[in-house]
Amino acid sequence: MGRDFLKRLNWVDAVLYVLRIVIIIAVIYGSYNTIMAGKYSSEQWVGLIMSGLAQGSIYALIALGYTLVYGILLMINFAHGEIFMAGAFTAVFAAEGLARAGWLETPFLATISILLLVLLAASVSMMLAVILERVAYRPLRGSPRLVPLITAIGASFFLQYTFKGLYGSGFKSYPLVPMLQGGIPITANISIPRVQVVVLVLAIVLMAGLYFLVEKTKIGKAMRAVSENKEVARLMGINIDRVIVFTFMIGGALAGAAGVINGLYRPQGVNFFMGFFPGIKAFTAAVLGGIGSVPGALIGGLLLGVFESIGPNLVLDGLGIRGANQLKDVIAFSLLVLVLIFRPQGIIGEKLAEKKA
Amino acid sequence: MKLNFNTILRVGALTGFAIFYLAMVGMVETFNEREIIRDLLEIGNIELLTLGQVLMILPSMIGGYFISRRITPADGALSGIISGVLVGVISAIPMVILIMAGTTFPNIRDMFVSVNPTLMEVLSLGFSRQDAAFTGAMILAAIMIFSALDGAIVAVLPQIWRRAIINSAGWVLGIGVMSELLNQIFSTFRDYGWIERDTVRLMLQSGTVKPAFAGFIAIVAFLWPLVIPYIRTPIQERYQTATPAAKTTTNYVGYALLMILLLGLPWLVGRFLSDVLVTISLYVLMGLGLNIAVGMAGLLDLGYLTNFAVGAYVTGLLVSTGPQGIAATTAVPEGFFNLWMLIPISLLSAMLTGFVFALPVLRMRGDYLAIATLGFGEIIAKLALSDALKPYIGGAQGILFVPKPVFFGIELTNPEQLYYVGLAACLFMLYVTTRLFNSRTGRQWGAIREDEDVAAAMGIDTTRTKVIAFTLSAAAGGLAGALFATKVGTVFPNSFTVIVSINVLSLIIVGGMGSIPGIIVGAAALVGLPEILREFAEFRFLIYGALLVTMMLTRPEGLWPSEARRRELRGDDDEPPIESTTTAVPAD
Repeated sequence: MGRDFLKRLNWVDAVLYVLRIVIIIAVIYGSYNTIMAGKYSSEQWVGLIMSGLAQGSIYALIALGYTLVYGILLMINFAHGEIFMAGAFTAVFAAEGLARAGWLETPFLATISILLLVLLAASVSMMLAVILERVAYRPLRGSPRLVPLITAIGASFFLQYTFKGLYGSGFKSYPLVPMLQGGIPITANISIPRVQVVVLVLAIVLMAGLYFLVEKTKIGKAMRAVSENKEVARLMGINIDRVIVFTFMIGGALAGAAGVINGLYRPQGVNFFMGFFPGIKAFTAAVLGGIGSVPGALIGGLLLGVFESIGPNLVLDGLGIRGANQLKDVIAFSLLVLVLIFRPQGIIGEKLAEKKA
Repeated sequence: MKLNFNTILRVGALTGFAIFYLAMVGMVETFNEREIIRDLLEIGNIELLTLGQVLMILPSMIGGYFISRRITPADGALSGIISGVLVGVISAIPMVILIMAGTTFPNIRDMFVSVNPTLMEVLSLGFSRQDAAFTGAMILAAIMIFSALDGAIVAVLPQIWRRAIINSAGWVLGIGVMSELLNQIFSTFRDYGWIERDTVRLMLQSGTVKPAFAGFIAIVAFLWPLVIPYIRTPIQERYQTATPAAKTTTNYVGYALLMILLLGLPWLVGRFLSDVLVTISLYVLMGLGLNIAVGMAGLLDLGYLTNFAVGAYVTGLLVSTGPQGIAATTAVPEGFFNLWMLIPISLLSAMLTGFVFALPVLRMRGDYLAIATLGFGEIIAKLALSDALKPYIGGAQGILFVPKPVFFGIELTNPEQLYYVGLAACLFMLYVTTRLFNSRTGRQWGAIREDEDVAAAMGIDTTRTKVIAFTLSAAAGGLAGALFATKVGTVFPNSFTVIVSINVLSLIIVGGMGSIPGIIVGAAALVGLPEILREFAEFRFLIYGALLVTMMLTRPEGLWPSEARRRELRGDDDEPPIESTTTAVPAD
């Protein structure tokens, strides 16, 4: 193998191999330094991992929208982050109303109001996703690959600034829900914030529902058939347009739900630009897990969340980089680029690189 | 007479939604501050005519025109006009509801910030008190129906009159909106003594067009399409029948006149507009650069800000007299680097960056490439802001004290002088781009854009070709960055966000991918307009987004397309070129 391998190796591959090795060494060296220095206690690590998982489950919910659409249309719905924003931004007004009415005080009413908010955001995002598909994407089916992508980028900015015009440019915060405050003690000195557990559970329940829908129902079967081969699916009597609209509906609904969950989890509040970066990160999660695969989105989302959360402290700190915590996004985007370079088929994806990437 | 209620309902609903949308995102209110004609009429407590008011009636007018054009050929002019009126009625319904709701429940503004008393005042034409709101709503509805009727009537006129009317309205609107520009130019002319203050006063009043002048424009623009065939046709015929040598001479004279105009431009338009021109030239430069990757080689690069940032930071570090500058950190004396050294250095460093970032993405295609480059761009943007690199490039504070470039002992301080640097850079890049386009490499890029696998099978070294595309494309970005740093005098990390990449991408797509005049037009429209009109700046990205989507849906080849790209995207390869030229002219 040795000589053949060397013969086939061109200089770009050589550069990429060196890059691979450098990154692996840097990660190992940085982590080793941090762990040996013992700068962070185990409680801190558990805290970081838990917040990473909670954030990751939100990424996973958004990632599902990318994965489902990419699986069927082979297109990156660049405006998906804005669909997520639309649900969250609209529901914040309802949340304020519910808070004024005192519905968030008692656990029972708070549970109902959270479900109501999720439902509201999901329906707003769903509607927007369907409109987007109908107006912007459907007429472009079958055109060169870059055309729908550019359309999606345009739609993304159009939606951002539409919502800026509608709801204003300021940040709006979701009201605090007393039920979600406080922590759940695990051991004597480790306790997990309750809100993180709720976020994780909600996300996993929604995803399990989706998995059931895709794997066990008739429309799910139709979706899988369309993603396998559109023409043959059409010959089998499947209404492709309906399946595609349904896919956008589910993706949009999950993104809207993720919007409310995100609002409850992160106190920074929502504004019109909130969807852009989570959107790209969720796409990273989808690629990381293997685009087109539902469990892949979950795995990718959680992994990305954890990497992003512990990466700065574990790796960058160990490499002696200052202000490592500002570089969370750099970790996420580096992961995006590295996955696209080295494993575009993702962790559990099949070898589709030629056809789909 | 026959009425197609289905179509009427659909067009009416769309029109109504358009007006409703413009009001809800705050465009009507913001644009209401831009007067088009000064004191045209005063009705009650409102004054005509502002851009906001035009925005309120324009959709119904277009709706009426559109449906009338569609129905008249089959069902006769009367059906067309009545359909137009019905479209106006339907489109007025959402506005009536909006006015009634907005005045009855003022709390709506807690959610929809644009539904505020000012908007109500504008929409209901001053009748926004609760008891009078209904009157206001009805007046607005009447105006909208009347505009739809206008549109419908214009649509049934013979073509030549229709053109004359639309031309006239378009010019009045255009000059009214751009009256600020006119004002700037006139004030420069006044400084030279080319024009009297009183002459300007006849036309403009506090920077807005006067009714009489608007009438003059309207009449000239009305007559223009009626007269122009008699002027244009003989000239065109003479040009076409001329000998090749005479044609070449004519072309050279044309280029020479254009060159003289370009050279004199900053002295004609004044300081403020020269500054805008410098900004436009930077974007033309970046557009030409990104065009190499996107338009010629088909590589959608969303991380163009990287090259821009590298050019700016390298320049900043080399010439800054502040703490980050090379003069403070090394033994290099202050002012060591002059313009002639700076430009190649920033160009080369951007090319190096382009080369390095090209390597990992060579194996990716289409959308994955776009996302990966977007990722690179964001990494660079976040790193520039971070504390990690603060000791070297200044972190969030950036690099201060970047002096102006010195050119043969003259310090280029004012925008009129900087414009020439920008112009020279653009012309240089223009030359490089056109030469590349017609070169072997240019054809290889074309082949890769069409089909990478086939190109590789034909023996094109795709790796090498793509690397060249990225590297050369980066060069223009670096140059633009260097000029930007010297123009602004500081290098702030906040100037380098994804917005820059989107700006550049939008302008090459709106202008026409791969088309060089398209890029110049795109830069002037997308970068110049928001600089001149403050109101547009607020809705800049809303309009960009809408433009990108509409362009892709209706004219993916751009406003001023290149021949190859048009054939490719329209999919009419087998038609002769003559045919495709006629299809690209918008059907009247």
